[in-house]
Amino acid sequence: MTQDIMELIGASGINLSLGGRRILAHVDLTIGLGEIITLIGPNGAGKSSLVRVLLGLLRPDKGVVRRRAGLRIGYLPQKFTIDPVLPLRVDRLMTLTHRATRNEIEAALTETGVAHLAAAQVQTLSGGELQRVLLARALLSNPDLLVLDEPVQGVDFGGQAELYRLIGDIRKRRGCAILIVSHDLHLVMAATDRVLCLNQHLCCAGTPAMVAQDPEYLRLFGPRAAQAFALYAHGPHGHDHVHTLSGDVAPLDHAHEGPCPRRSGA
Amino acid sequence: MITDFFTRAMVAGIGVALVAGPAGCFIVWRRMAYFGDTMAHSALLGVALGLLLGTDPTLGVLAVSIILALILAGLGTSRKLASDTLLGILSHSALSLGMVALSLMQGIRLDLMVYLFGDLLSVSMMDIVWILGGGGVALAMLIALWRPLLAMTVHEELARAEGVRVAAVRGGFLLLIAFLIAAAMKITGVLLITSLLLIPAATARRFSNSPELMAVLAALIGAAAVAGGLYGSLLFDTPSGPSIVLAALVMFLASLIVGGRRFAR
Repeated sequence: MTQDIMELIGASGINLSLGGRRILAHVDLTIGLGEIITLIGPNGAGKSSLVRVLLGLLRPDKGVVRRRAGLRIGYLPQKFTIDPVLPLRVDRLMTLTHRATRNEIEAALTETGVAHLAAAQVQTLSGGELQRVLLARALLSNPDLLVLDEPVQGVDFGGQAELYRLIGDIRKRRGCAILIVSHDLHLVMAATDRVLCLNQHLCCAGTPAMVAQDPEYLRLFGPRAAQAFALYAHGPHGHDHVHTLSGDVAPLDHAHEGPCPRRSGA
Repeated sequence: MITDFFTRAMVAGIGVALVAGPAGCFIVWRRMAYFGDTMAHSALLGVALGLLLGTDPTLGVLAVSIILALILAGLGTSRKLASDTLLGILSHSALSLGMVALSLMQGIRLDLMVYLFGDLLSVSMMDIVWILGGGGVALAMLIALWRPLLAMTVHEELARAEGVRVAAVRGGFLLLIAFLIAAAMKITGVLLITSLLLIPAATARRFSNSPELMAVLAALIGAAAVAGGLYGSLLFDTPSGPSIVLAALVMFLASLIVGGRRFAR
């Protein structure tokens, strides 16, 4: 297999089962230089598992992960809570594994707008502040690729839009590729280059524009429809369920109008 | 040569407390109190083993602790353990097995109380060598493991993604605890070792805004508890191990009043 010169990291033919349960099936994906990719899917679709395979934290049953030599990855995990019994200031959190100078720490925190929190205890941060601190932490190693697992979790609605704007700015400024995992599509769309829908296998993929042209998408993500209808559904390839806004899986009770924007082949 | 028995006790006790404090911080942060108990209780089995083989009991304790540390490290990575139940079974079985083995040994008259609750005032020069040697190894390991251990205590998966070899560090920490238990057995006995790990760390939390400060304070508080407990033991003619634990408890209670909510949430 030849490696795309633009490719930072790629995976092909990933199969993964955990505890006898099939998690990922035949997943191919590639992330190029400076790309923003959004990986969406319902809860239990295998999004975090795929991320962990890419990061080398999980070994797939089948398939290979290709990494460009010397690739630096900044990772923002999905769940991050610190026990109150561990006293930890933000600036100390920044240097847990990488050493950094005071100036570097301050620059990174400034870039994500939380320089004033450098001396705060991590446990006292709000959800949005914590995500910005963790984002700054991920930037410290000057990554080629940022992997953000549900970065707007625990952030209020206004804060979510701001956080996505910040992520877009970071890409513009640094040119690093970004992989965002999300179960809510509509806010992500603005900054992203490519959307991948995962539900064990990659159901469909395409530019936001392609996805947005889909009448199904418009119907599903219109302001009024958003509450009442599923996030996305795939009729043509044998799905028997839809994914609701909350990320739950519900039985398919309506027909798919037209095919998916693009099938597979991320 | 330290001739005075009280000075010997002081040197040995403070030496162990200086390592137990910082190591205990990780026991507290990682919620491993039960884990510490399991390791400590198995020490009695080590005493029996040491006597059976005719070597220094401390050597037996070290051997059993290290074997148990390796077993627990192996179970930890297979994700099957971590349950209180299993640790509880292991802990009390090891303690009972040690007691039964000791009672079955013929021709050995030994004071079980010394091993269960410690007798710092009876330490010999040879004990001091063991205690400071074991404590020194534990301290060196703690310093070497500090950064990666702290990183994986904050977030294990993030630490792994950033290159920390989690299984090796976890195993190293358990070995460290094994050395510490071998060193501390004479001081508080197997039943009270965990208190030397937990109470100073819990007391230090109130006055700390960084992990490093908490570790240093826990070391100092532990040393003060040993000093206070020993004086009390001499003054009131009480057993030294429990006296040290009570001295630590007094400081913990005082910290609740003095420390208030300055750094705590």
